[in-house]
Amino acid sequence: MTMLQKGMPKEPVIAAEDLRVWYAGPAGPVRAVDGVSFEVAKGEILGLVGESGCGKSTLGRGLLGLLPDGAARDGSLLVGGRDVLAMSPKEARRLRGGELGMIFQEPLTRLNPLMRISDHFAETLKVHEPRLSRKEIERRALEALRVVGIPPTRFRAYPHEFSGGMRQRIMIALTLVVRPAFVVADEPTTALDVLVEAQIIRNLHELRSEFDTAMLLITHNLGIVAEACDRVAVMYAGRILEIGDAREVFANPQHSYTRELLRSVISLETDGLHYIDGAPPDLVAPPSGCRFHPRCPDAMVVCAQRSPEEKVVAGTAGGGTRVACWAAERRAGVADLGPEESRPLEREAISVADEA
Amino acid sequence: MAAGGDGGDLVVELADLSVHYQLAGGALTRLFGVGARTVKAVDGVSVGLRRGEVLGVVGESGSGKTTLGRALLGLAPATAGSITYRPRSGPARVVSELRGAALRRLRTDLQMVFQDPTAALNPSMTIVEAVGDPLRIHGVAQGEERRRLVVEALERVGLAPAEQFLDKYPSDLSGGQKQRVVIARAIILGPEVLIADEPISMLDMSVRAKILELMLDLKRDLGLSYVYITHDLASAKFFCDRIAIMYLGRIVEIGPTAEIFAHPRHPYTQALLAAVPEPDPDRTVARDLPRGEIPDAAAPPLGCAFHPRCNQATPSCGWESRDLRTLLEEHWTRVHPDQYAAERAVVGDLGALDEPATTIEVGVGGADQVRAILDRIRAENPHEPLWQGVKSIEDTAAGLRLHLRGGTGPALRRAGGVEVACVLYPPDATNA
Repeated sequence: MTMLQKGMPKEPVIAAEDLRVWYAGPAGPVRAVDGVSFEVAKGEILGLVGESGCGKSTLGRGLLGLLPDGAARDGSLLVGGRDVLAMSPKEARRLRGGELGMIFQEPLTRLNPLMRISDHFAETLKVHEPRLSRKEIERRALEALRVVGIPPTRFRAYPHEFSGGMRQRIMIALTLVVRPAFVVADEPTTALDVLVEAQIIRNLHELRSEFDTAMLLITHNLGIVAEACDRVAVMYAGRILEIGDAREVFANPQHSYTRELLRSVISLETDGLHYIDGAPPDLVAPPSGCRFHPRCPDAMVVCAQRSPEEKVVAGTAGGGTRVACWAAERRAGVADLGPEESRPLEREAISVADEA
Repeated sequence: MAAGGDGGDLVVELADLSVHYQLAGGALTRLFGVGARTVKAVDGVSVGLRRGEVLGVVGESGSGKTTLGRALLGLAPATAGSITYRPRSGPARVVSELRGAALRRLRTDLQMVFQDPTAALNPSMTIVEAVGDPLRIHGVAQGEERRRLVVEALERVGLAPAEQFLDKYPSDLSGGQKQRVVIARAIILGPEVLIADEPISMLDMSVRAKILELMLDLKRDLGLSYVYITHDLASAKFFCDRIAIMYLGRIVEIGPTAEIFAHPRHPYTQALLAAVPEPDPDRTVARDLPRGEIPDAAAPPLGCAFHPRCNQATPSCGWESRDLRTLLEEHWTRVHPDQYAAERAVVGDLGALDEPATTIEVGVGGADQVRAILDRIRAENPHEPLWQGVKSIEDTAAGLRLHLRGGTGPALRRAGGVEVACVLYPPDATNA
């Protein structure tokens, strides 16, 4: 397992700048991703966490252009230096599956029950590398399967002959066989048992070192981020509220939301129950200012008025921890707030009626 | 506190409970029972639920934990053994023998909270109808009285003011609110026991703690006892008084929660604990994870059911043909494709190894050739306990015949403050 060498700037494989994704809803446009900026470097795993309904999956799909009709993207999204949003649909499709890959949550629905595993690989490889010989296809496929621990004896078996964990490993091998530069893994272990989940996480680690793939790992499980990711981005109501080195963020969370989220996890260390009152807001009409302020125990008057700018307030690894939080910026001495603005905000009572 | 179901005031008692399912199979099977396959979903489980305690039943999918919960309510028929319910007042009832109306009456005392609140609620019933439905079915209350009881139950689970929710449909509510409705429906008849099958695993993490807190409040206020079925060790650790770890239909370890977590004894318990992903920046993924997944319950491993995945297995844990297949396949995952092709030709079809047996014939390319391959595999990992489990090897015309020692599945035995089913804790030793 190779850890990224700290401080060594690596060239970003994918870079999003003020990326927005929205789609039509009955009450107006739903701004599921609303001005998100981040980079993922070669061989780096970036974890993306947050409650359901905060735009994690939409962001993941938006990066690959896998959005339903009626959805739109704006901002800039550079893959290998080229802006994907400015490409023709044909160009973008060639990129997807080749340069960009996706691992889904439920592998059985992504594998064709009538096709042997070998045929899945042949099909995938032929689309992206049409000149490969049959022998070469088999060699590449078996190599990818070997890395995820599927024996060559099972190469011609059908999907139903495999267990859930093995199917997910086959999906991972299918994604990686075309050697993508960047992969989005959306809750890849949520449907699996804890022991199998740990095996898959170990797999992802090994793959990163084997293929140098950059990865966005979307999960609601903060434990997985701590174990599998180099960096972590915390998303809330369509925005990234905190992003930084995973160890540093977990050891020293800056944003009130990150801290409360970590406290609400029931872990083996849990000796008291904590939770965040209320639920993530409606993305059609999100709250003014900082979107977390109605639920935030640290909210100040300014939080309801102005949106905090993203600033680096802590951390050393990979450029430090960047947050959008007035309280964190005030603590770090980088927010210029008047006495009236920094008064605690009187919170309205949050009842079960607003619970997630 | 004793680990077994021996002391105290038991509200539910399972004695050697088995729930076996016959797989349909072909026409001959149905006519004559030839080659019938049985899934032993629950296989000889004895455990008692004490009044006022939270008993955790923890295991992976396929461990039989959900079937156990359903059997407790009479929803899955017991094929052997018994379940006895001892109400606070009135005579004990043998759940596993109740049928029809008598079984339905049991629901006023034993209730269930399901994993998926969306699936557990009828989408076309309003909340007042859904929560009041048990009152209707059991003829407890009607009209204004029923409505009053529904309001009381909703407010008890935190859905206050209840008027705000009464006429809503499940689709109007969030996941946490729906689970509160399901809990309100479960407590409205005033049960003594709640069986909660993964009650928080479908919920968003920010709301899980709230639902657990609600369940703890209800337990205290209403004097409930819980069976908490889960795959999640972290919530079990916080929530349960005692924990039973299940694997392939059997309890492999049972004892007080604190003892189980402080000194996990069964290798399976240890593995489960090591695999829990923790949001602690100083922990990393365990390296020594059990291989593979929970096996097919219709053809469980010979000997100890966990031995194929166990990292502490001994030569006497019950090695068999399928373990040899696993070793061959693992070896072939590591070698060059050309070597695989050559060796595969010598070993031939692996199908014969899928029949569970302790005498194995392997190979088509000659005894020496097969022996050379097995030697290579053995050299890769000489400590693999399967090799010490080999009694003898003899040459056949095409390959080799291996006789393995075999073994029996260990029974639950006391070890320190818990009971554990593993050969590492033999009956006569004093392992604390």
